[in-house]
Amino acid sequence: MNLYCFTIYRSSSQLSLSVFCQHGRVKIKSTAQQEEEKRKEKEKKLKAFVSARDAVLKKRSAGEHDEEALQLTRQLLSSNPDFATLWNYRREVLLHLETLREKDEVQKLYESELHFIEACLKVNPKSYGCWHHRTWVNTRLPQPDWTRELGLCDRCLSLDERNFHCWDYRRVVVKASGVSVEQELQFTDRLIGSNFSNYSSWHYRSTLLPQLHPQPFHSHRVCEEQLLKEYELSHNAFFTDPNDQSAWFYYRWLLGRGVCVCVCLELLCICEDTSAHPMLCVCVCVCSRARGDDQLCVYDLHVCVCICGRSELSVEKSSVLQAELQSCNQLLELEPQNKWCLLTIILLMRALDPLGHEKETLAHFQTLKEVDPMRSTYYSDLCSKFLIENTILKMEYAEVRVFSLSNKNLTTLCHLDQLLFVTHINLSSNQLLRLPPHFAMLQCLEVLEADDNAIENLEGLYHLPKLEEVSLRNNQICKLSDLESLASCTKLTRLDLRGNPVHRTAHIESELSQLLPRVTALSL
Amino acid sequence: WQWLLVTMLSVCVHFPGLTESVIAAACSRVGQSVLHLDRRNYYAGNWASFTFNGLLSWIEEYKQKVQITESEQVWRSLIDEGEDVVPLSSVDSSISNLEVFCYARLALILLTTNTEHEVSEPEEEQHTSDISEPSQSQEEKDSQPISSPADPPVEVEKKITYQKLVKEGRRFNIDLVSKLMYSRGALVDLLIKSNVSRYAEFKNIGHILTCRNGKVEQVPCSRADVFASKQLTVVEKRMLMKFLTFCLDFEQHPEEYQDYTEKPFREFLKNKKLTENLQDFVLHSIAMVTQQTLTEEGLKATQHFLRCLGRYGNTPFLFPLYGLGEIPQCFCRMCAVFGGIYCLRHSVQCLVVDKASNKVKAVIDTRGQKISCSHFVVEDSYIRDEQRQSTAYRQISRAVLITDRSVLPSESDQQISLVTIPPLESSAPAVRMVELCSSSMTCMPGTYLVHLTCSSSGTAQEDLAPVVSELFHVSTIPGEEPSEVLWVMYFNMRDTSALDSSSYSLPSNVHVCTGPDGSLGSDCSIKLAESVFHHILPDEEFCPPAPNPEDIIYDGDGPQAEGPGFDESVNTEAEEEESNQE
Repeated sequence: MNLYCFTIYRSSSQLSLSVFCQHGRVKIKSTAQQEEEKRKEKEKKLKAFVSARDAVLKKRSAGEHDEEALQLTRQLLSSNPDFATLWNYRREVLLHLETLREKDEVQKLYESELHFIEACLKVNPKSYGCWHHRTWVNTRLPQPDWTRELGLCDRCLSLDERNFHCWDYRRVVVKASGVSVEQELQFTDRLIGSNFSNYSSWHYRSTLLPQLHPQPFHSHRVCEEQLLKEYELSHNAFFTDPNDQSAWFYYRWLLGRGVCVCVCLELLCICEDTSAHPMLCVCVCVCSRARGDDQLCVYDLHVCVCICGRSELSVEKSSVLQAELQSCNQLLELEPQNKWCLLTIILLMRALDPLGHEKETLAHFQTLKEVDPMRSTYYSDLCSKFLIENTILKMEYAEVRVFSLSNKNLTTLCHLDQLLFVTHINLSSNQLLRLPPHFAMLQCLEVLEADDNAIENLEGLYHLPKLEEVSLRNNQICKLSDLESLASCTKLTRLDLRGNPVHRTAHIESELSQLLPRVTALSL
Repeated sequence: WQWLLVTMLSVCVHFPGLTESVIAAACSRVGQSVLHLDRRNYYAGNWASFTFNGLLSWIEEYKQKVQITESEQVWRSLIDEGEDVVPLSSVDSSISNLEVFCYARLALILLTTNTEHEVSEPEEEQHTSDISEPSQSQEEKDSQPISSPADPPVEVEKKITYQKLVKEGRRFNIDLVSKLMYSRGALVDLLIKSNVSRYAEFKNIGHILTCRNGKVEQVPCSRADVFASKQLTVVEKRMLMKFLTFCLDFEQHPEEYQDYTEKPFREFLKNKKLTENLQDFVLHSIAMVTQQTLTEEGLKATQHFLRCLGRYGNTPFLFPLYGLGEIPQCFCRMCAVFGGIYCLRHSVQCLVVDKASNKVKAVIDTRGQKISCSHFVVEDSYIRDEQRQSTAYRQISRAVLITDRSVLPSESDQQISLVTIPPLESSAPAVRMVELCSSSMTCMPGTYLVHLTCSSSGTAQEDLAPVVSELFHVSTIPGEEPSEVLWVMYFNMRDTSALDSSSYSLPSNVHVCTGPDGSLGSDCSIKLAESVFHHILPDEEFCPPAPNPEDIIYDGDGPQAEGPGFDESVNTEAEEEESNQE
């Protein structure tokens, strides 16, 4: 009769179990014993690894390309697949063996190589060396089995959908095996379905759609019908999780793609002396203001939403955008604090009717700054940009020369390229910190008012040939050196610097008159 | 049986269900000697899994209600002075209202065809007769006789016949209890902690479904489900996600539910502006509570469900391959590895109580042996009514179906589905259905094993037959489209989970364990096991991890290779030994 009787006793802190049975006495190892064993095991492994590594490197320098080399590198790489030198050596050996063998044998040789890489990928699925070697092996393989490779990619991506090595490799495989675009789109459907927080799949989708559903006459755009489906897909994603960026980014791409981009260039020569000014070439190229008609085009690269003149939005497009705006407003009602939603609404409003929505846009910017304080400066700059755009849109013909941007809480200046004919500009009561270098674009400028800002830096007041009068009251100009660039404005006669820290500098007046001898009316 | 007498037992466990097995394993693990007795010839009592044939004989046994004659004289002589006797019940009355119906056609085997042939060649199977179909619901054993070969064979669609079910009966593992394992429930945690999980394999539940307006549809419960759902509007998606995110850490926002703590969960859901649709999803399929459940309990249930998501896939549940009956067996095995002794077809007649201390000092088994023990753990159904303070217990209604198609056909037919069926009237209980596919190793290929469970308001058949006919095509009329349901069994099981130690008048070292409860998880049984264990052994750890076989040092003459083997062998050898004794 087999009778087992187990007894357990505790002694000091360690537990041991002894089994009395007919096979003898059994004990359980203590933690210390286990650790000691592990350490010894590790030491042994390290020793073996180092000696094998030395042997391989010796063989390589001796120029030996034989089976043994494959065997040795195999052992080493299967414990550390990131050893790039060994992969290189392996390629050398394989290339050599290839010349010695029949085609069938070469196929077999490389197939076994693929199996080996698979084992290595299990050790480290993100090994650069492995994936690169795999790509290489497939180029050498007489009859590559692409279906199998696709299967491998699918398996890897199901384990880690963000493994970019695998994404890269997959692109190679898809290209080589000619998988249809339709199948690939289904593949992204599947991945997005299982987890939509995945930029890779959304982005892949954005490259596939224009191929599969091109818009008539515009092969790089997606046709309307498909766009509507894509809008719905992204709604599903951001209504499910409005804090996930990936779908929002995709959505913006869709919106950007739906609106026509129109940039009219009219080259204007506005500068008498072209040779003197490096900025001028830029000026001429960028200038896109078509005088006299209402068309104004701004291509906003940064957010991919294009704001066109009113005449540019077709009725259908504007109704689609209107519907999108409604969906987003619906979401905003549920999630009044969501920054992605707020930002998208602002962009949609800009695309639809920038002037009509100005008030709401400003309110949304205010909320954005509150809910996302880390990016409040970014929002301020974006808001400034939109306000300048709006002012340009509203611009009357008379204002082409005299332009005011005062009291708008601007933090940055942009679209100066639209204002090349301006002679009088008013930037007072904003939050500008500097007049940036591209301010020098305003070659026609005669009078600059920039009171009540926080300007410290006047880089942009440089080589303005017509500038006569500058008012910089209540700013933050501290040093005399900050005013140096003004010396290049040869016509400058009136300068108001009241309320700047610079007046505290000793001998300021004499220094200034030395620096700017032509200035006759100086207020400090 | 001599050796039993020499052993002074610490714990004697009787009628091992899940709770009892866990207690036995835990005691044995910390060095107590455990004797495990069971009147039946299978493990796990009402937690057992049966093959189809095993279930048929279990049904037979139930019908016969074997009365074991009590031989009072045998044990009278064993009682010493100062000892008292508490007799145990010998009849298990926890199962009632058992009904069986068979809808599978009986194959009419042509005289020239042998049975071997019939299985391997499908065209032979088409020669089936429809006269065997009972025109009215008829008990399974009545329809068993094979119809007379004189009837002409009728060509019908190829269906699985009753004979085939019996022939392939070994492929079935039919549980009497239908439960799933919450991925972060007490049972999974215990399996991991104690290393008992190594004895079993598990499969993910693939679908969480519900039935609304007679249509089976997917319940959006994870983020990916909500995203992919076609039934929800985008606003509903947002509301649902918002609510679920809130539930995940609802304790952090007491202001949200404070006013509703005394009100039903349903009202809280309404207040949260969830649409009717979403309220149903959350109440019935996610929280799985009733209309009357209070807000806080509902929130807790929702939170538990959500926390289980993502641990082992996109649904919160696991199911053990080969059926739920595996789980008590795994604990039994653990118990045996550490010295527990198992005796099937052997039970205790009565307890011997020391009058002075009012403690059990021994038990007397059906063979008239007196076995000393210091604790006695027993399942509720062995307790006689005289020892009960209260007999208020509920009933669970159960149905077990064998069908030949899934309730929601999808791309993959090898998915386990959980279907919650909201009640038609608000007072009726919700019905829970688990559909097991053949890759869960609980039914033969081409069939599905379907378990229905609800708390009883009438007999199981009254409660569940309407649901069965709503979800499945059940045909009894010959010539009509063949029935999807091949075989049905209805029964009621006693739910004693509400009882506690104050419900019994028993000595303090008798620990009564309740039977399976009606809930989906097993948390209740595991918690009970832990509390009983701490009652028996207040200073010991509950189920510490079992050592790995490689950490066992072998010296003496036993070679290393025998190490892993003894794990496996003990349990079965104890069994074999038992049968040798018979």
